[in-house]
Amino acid sequence: MAKVFIYPTNSLILSDLVERFGHTPLAMMEKIHEKISTVGVDSPPMNITPEDPKRGLKYAAVEVPAGVRGRMSLIGPMIENAEAAIIVLESIAAFGCMGCARTNELTKFLIRQRDIPILELIYPRTEEEGHDFVYRIAEFLKSLPEGEVEA
Amino acid sequence: MKDKVKIALVSCGSEFAGVQKELESAAESLNAKLVYPEMDISALDNIDKEFGLEVASPDLKLMMARAKAVVEGIANVDGVFVATCFRCAEAAIVRNEVRRYIFENSGLPVISYSFTERTAAATLLTRMEALTTIARRKHLLAREKQTGLTAGLDSGSTTTKAVIMRDNEIIGEGWVPTIKVIESAEKALQQALDQAGLKREDIQAIGTTGYGRFLIGDHFNAQLAQEEITVNSKGAVYLAGKQKGSATVIDIGGMDNKAISVQDGIPGMFTMGGICAGASGRFLEMTAKRLGVDITELGDLAVKGIDKNVEMNSYCIVFGIQSLVNSLAKGAAPEDVAAAACHSVVEQIFEQQLQEIEVKEPLILVGGSSLIAGVPKALESLLKVKVLVPPHSQLIGAVGAALLVSGYIDQE
Repeated sequence: MAKVFIYPTNSLILSDLVERFGHTPLAMMEKIHEKISTVGVDSPPMNITPEDPKRGLKYAAVEVPAGVRGRMSLIGPMIENAEAAIIVLESIAAFGCMGCARTNELTKFLIRQRDIPILELIYPRTEEEGHDFVYRIAEFLKSLPEGEVEA
Repeated sequence: MKDKVKIALVSCGSEFAGVQKELESAAESLNAKLVYPEMDISALDNIDKEFGLEVASPDLKLMMARAKAVVEGIANVDGVFVATCFRCAEAAIVRNEVRRYIFENSGLPVISYSFTERTAAATLLTRMEALTTIARRKHLLAREKQTGLTAGLDSGSTTTKAVIMRDNEIIGEGWVPTIKVIESAEKALQQALDQAGLKREDIQAIGTTGYGRFLIGDHFNAQLAQEEITVNSKGAVYLAGKQKGSATVIDIGGMDNKAISVQDGIPGMFTMGGICAGASGRFLEMTAKRLGVDITELGDLAVKGIDKNVEMNSYCIVFGIQSLVNSLAKGAAPEDVAAAACHSVVEQIFEQQLQEIEVKEPLILVGGSSLIAGVPKALESLLKVKVLVPPHSQLIGAVGAALLVSGYIDQE
């Protein structure tokens, strides 16, 4: 089972696909769930406090806006833990939407720097492309070694 | 308790920047509530083309779509707070245009702010208080004449001002440096009472404003403790005799500045701040001290000088003072240095604040710095418009407070 980073990081469809093939998706939903379940932190709706953008300094310098660093404090550790990644480009908002373009650029850059299997593909616009899209993701996920990274 | 004022939060993800709690907290303390304007997700599909601003960030498209929902009345709100991250150029463009769009297409008060993770509720309070006041107390701001016998107190960062007004006339004034907030307010009020020949118990109502408004408001049992944006706007147009129609008010204070676009005495768009005290009266005070003249003499000195003879940039007060010291060391004339200091302060206001509001004449300059003759001169030269400095311009907050609080006498 591999830990697979997905982009867009909040894509339910990608997350579901990764799980169906027996791997662990690294997705924003899990991170937010962790945040909002943290006892003692009261900063709704996301429970992101001023400390989080400071943690984001690990991934982006202080002159980078607080919103980027706050997001990176969630995304950065997922990138570090990833053993594979699927990046879907040019997707529609309903497929998964990451709000900040600067964060998106940095996220894609940092994951591409990792020496791990990465599948990059364009979001499908036709049914035929859709079939091919799912097929390529399935093949990629099947190609990931099971259990290798758990050790 | 009155109904909560509903403020639409139009931001590009303040939830991710660690400031959401501070935003909510500032709103809550004013009995207001932040709401996300509802809209259909399909509104995002073409919003950049509809709005005419194509941007890469989906959250900025969301801001435009939410602004449209507010303008079209799909979202029922009383005011709008537009916020984006500090240092993001793309967001700064959208923030300004969204704010302008809402202001021009709805009757709603709107303010904008760029935040960092260090933004605290206290920083936001004055801005949000102005927003809720405009939404909640429009009837109060419509008051054009002072009635009865009232006192206004303005507890500023540098000086505390007091006025006594009776039947639409100023009959007493007080002006002291702010040291201990309450003691300074007591002294200023006493000065004003002495000049008017009155006792404290003669006063029918007291209004307070400025940084220390809540503290002195409690101390004097004031009927009104109100932020400076609305009070100073009102005071400015009242003293300038420009209560009807549009006007622009620039208030150069001791610690920060306000640029306010006013319509019929009610603030519309406004900005507050300045990156550093280099853009405020504090820099002029330090300049006067370094030149060995009293602050009251700096203006006359500046009028005699030529600002272009001295290179000075007070974007940061520390660097500004360095330029000042360097220019004097090179043998610059004190009058040129004084003129350059006035020009630099005005230039900071122009670069940092006036870009965000539309300057409509008359341009009314108020606050203590307006009395330094070099300042209005520099502003006129930079903006190429006539600058109006009304009588008692340094007492603007106190006059505004005395005027507005007279509305409470009628209510009683």
